[in-house]
Amino acid sequence: MQDLGWGAITLSVLKQFLPVWLALALTFAASIRYRRRLGLYGKLFDSAIGMTGFALVMLWVFTALFADLIATHDVLSQISQMKNKLPGTMQPDGAGWYLLGGDHLGRDVFSRMIAGSRVVIQIAPMATLFAFMVGITLGLPAGYFGGRLDTALSFLANLVLAFPVILLFYLLVTPEIVETGLPQYMAVVLFLFPLIFLTVLLNARYYVMPARRNLILALVIVIGGWAYLALVSDPGTRVALLPAALDPLRVPGNILIVFVSVVFVNAPTVFRIVRGLTLDIKTRDYVAAAQTRGERPWYIMLWEILPNARGPLIVDFCLRIGYTTILLGTLGFFGLGLSPESPDWGSTINAGRKLLTIAPHPAIVPALALMSLVLGLNLLADGLREESLRD
Amino acid sequence: MLTFLLRRLLTMLLTALCLTFVVFFLTNLSPNLEKVAKSEAGSRITDAEVASWLEKNGYARPMLVRYGEWIGLAPGWRRDEAGVISGRCIARGTDPAAAPRFCGVIQGYWGQSTVFKEPVAGIVATRLGLTGILMFWVMAVMVPSALLIGMLAGMREGSRLDRSLSTVSIASTATPEYVSGVIFIALFASSMTGLKWFKGTATSAMDTITFENFFLPVMTIAVYGIGYIARMTRASMAEVMTAQYIRTARLKGVAFGQVVMRHALRNALIAPFTVIMLQFPWLLNGVVIVETLFNYKGFGWTLVQAAGNNDIQLLLGCSVVAVVVVLVTQLISDVGYVFLNPRIRIS
Repeated sequence: MQDLGWGAITLSVLKQFLPVWLALALTFAASIRYRRRLGLYGKLFDSAIGMTGFALVMLWVFTALFADLIATHDVLSQISQMKNKLPGTMQPDGAGWYLLGGDHLGRDVFSRMIAGSRVVIQIAPMATLFAFMVGITLGLPAGYFGGRLDTALSFLANLVLAFPVILLFYLLVTPEIVETGLPQYMAVVLFLFPLIFLTVLLNARYYVMPARRNLILALVIVIGGWAYLALVSDPGTRVALLPAALDPLRVPGNILIVFVSVVFVNAPTVFRIVRGLTLDIKTRDYVAAAQTRGERPWYIMLWEILPNARGPLIVDFCLRIGYTTILLGTLGFFGLGLSPESPDWGSTINAGRKLLTIAPHPAIVPALALMSLVLGLNLLADGLREESLRD
Repeated sequence: MLTFLLRRLLTMLLTALCLTFVVFFLTNLSPNLEKVAKSEAGSRITDAEVASWLEKNGYARPMLVRYGEWIGLAPGWRRDEAGVISGRCIARGTDPAAAPRFCGVIQGYWGQSTVFKEPVAGIVATRLGLTGILMFWVMAVMVPSALLIGMLAGMREGSRLDRSLSTVSIASTATPEYVSGVIFIALFASSMTGLKWFKGTATSAMDTITFENFFLPVMTIAVYGIGYIARMTRASMAEVMTAQYIRTARLKGVAFGQVVMRHALRNALIAPFTVIMLQFPWLLNGVVIVETLFNYKGFGWTLVQAAGNNDIQLLLGCSVVAVVVVLVTQLISDVGYVFLNPRIRIS
């Protein structure tokens, strides 16, 4: 056995991705077969750009899903002889290869890149979803009612938007601030919004059927409330609301902080978009019709205005996941939040950049991975925009 | 117009006050102050000693009062200890009677940096100058190329040129600075490809700027911004090209190039103007990343140093500058938009 050449490296990497290729092929075959029945999602497969974007995004989603099958080495195991070794170098004991080389501590770059996709795919879409819940819950009434409420909320949103992102991260994600529990208090506030959103949404829908509404709302509040408490509280820190026995969701503290700061940065922009859309849509005839029918404001906002604003919101959702990915990378790049050992792409780039002129591969690999995921999301958003404008 | 300006200025002032207070609050939380006390008076001091140090240096008072002192609206504290008067506005070894009552940001007193051992105002001014040079070159590269790409793409919507240029701009928005910077250094400055056309650091650019040491940092920031501005220009250009007066010009026989240059371009550049102005806050982000990556000791680098070393005064100074930059560009973009677009009237 000997070191691999570039052709052999490419082949081996492609082979490692085998489960992903299978899953992608299945998804595409099924989607293209039934695309006429799948609405907007199906129409995506009519445009080359949308399809490329979707493929890139799903590539990383499946990679995160099958990360254990794809990775060749443990994320943290170090082999000291493999420090900064070039891609395709054989292990000293001859048991295998470092397909994309070793980093400055002798860890496998390929496996770390694969494991990093899991961090991003876990945090970015969830954080974006939470930001959307916050933005929608506040943006709808601001646009619909206007007046003082709108002025106050818009001022707050502009306040956060005028804050340089990096400064905010540096202020929020330092150990001293974490010690005071501030990010956790922010989590207490921000994570409440999905719960409020769901409650108001269902209450508006089933208001006329009190028995059914009470049942549904009780379920949502009990299950959602428990999930909320489990997510927010962490025994042994400032916010320990739930006894440890009832707390199965153990979110590692620094992931929670990263999550909160990303939601906090994204929410005001979503707020502005939703507010603008609401201002536009509330002048339509069907809103006037609903008002004449005597529907209550929250029903009109959530069941008349929101569904009709979905096009731009879905497009922005895709773009914003990409932006969140970039933000996560930025946090990692400055060594904020996640632990330095974490395999996420930003931290890996940060670790690799010090030796960039001698051994660039430990930084290049995660950089290209991050770029391809964001590119996929941008292309997907572009495809969705084109297809949703067509009808 | 005047009331509009006045209202904008008032909002701006209020925003600036709120934001600086938030920064002040976050940097002056008790764990941070404790760290300051330990770094100034010795790391092994007891909790009681920390408390007395904070008391002696004027930290043990309400946050709002201290914020007022820092901004220069409240008189600085004074302390009479057995005949020796010390205080916020009294420099060591000067006559207390001659010291001013107020000393804050408004009066030009920005405090002393604990990392660089120099007055904050001086540090911020020199660093900002260095970053200004970087920003100038970024703008000089980014704006013309983005406008050109956007114009060419929007000129004939749906053409092959449009499709390929649009894909290029999407790709550029997907490349944050830390990705493009890493790729550029690996390609053009590392031993891997052996090209070594440019330098991987911009430290020497602080003295003399050459093409070799400044091209990579400038390109790194520009690449991320180009895509966004180009897409906005393209959208605005494509919209203008469908307007009635363009069709009239075409029908009366004006050449296509003339139509684009004389009729379409001027009207299509109004929207991108706002976008370019609003890019400044984003550039600030990019500047911090690029200056860290290329070790160019400008404003962004200083901000990272201040935040990383818990240098409260310097961090506050940096954030004041950052907030002011953001707010002023917002104001300019609003006012400029009204000037450029005669159809908009502010009541």
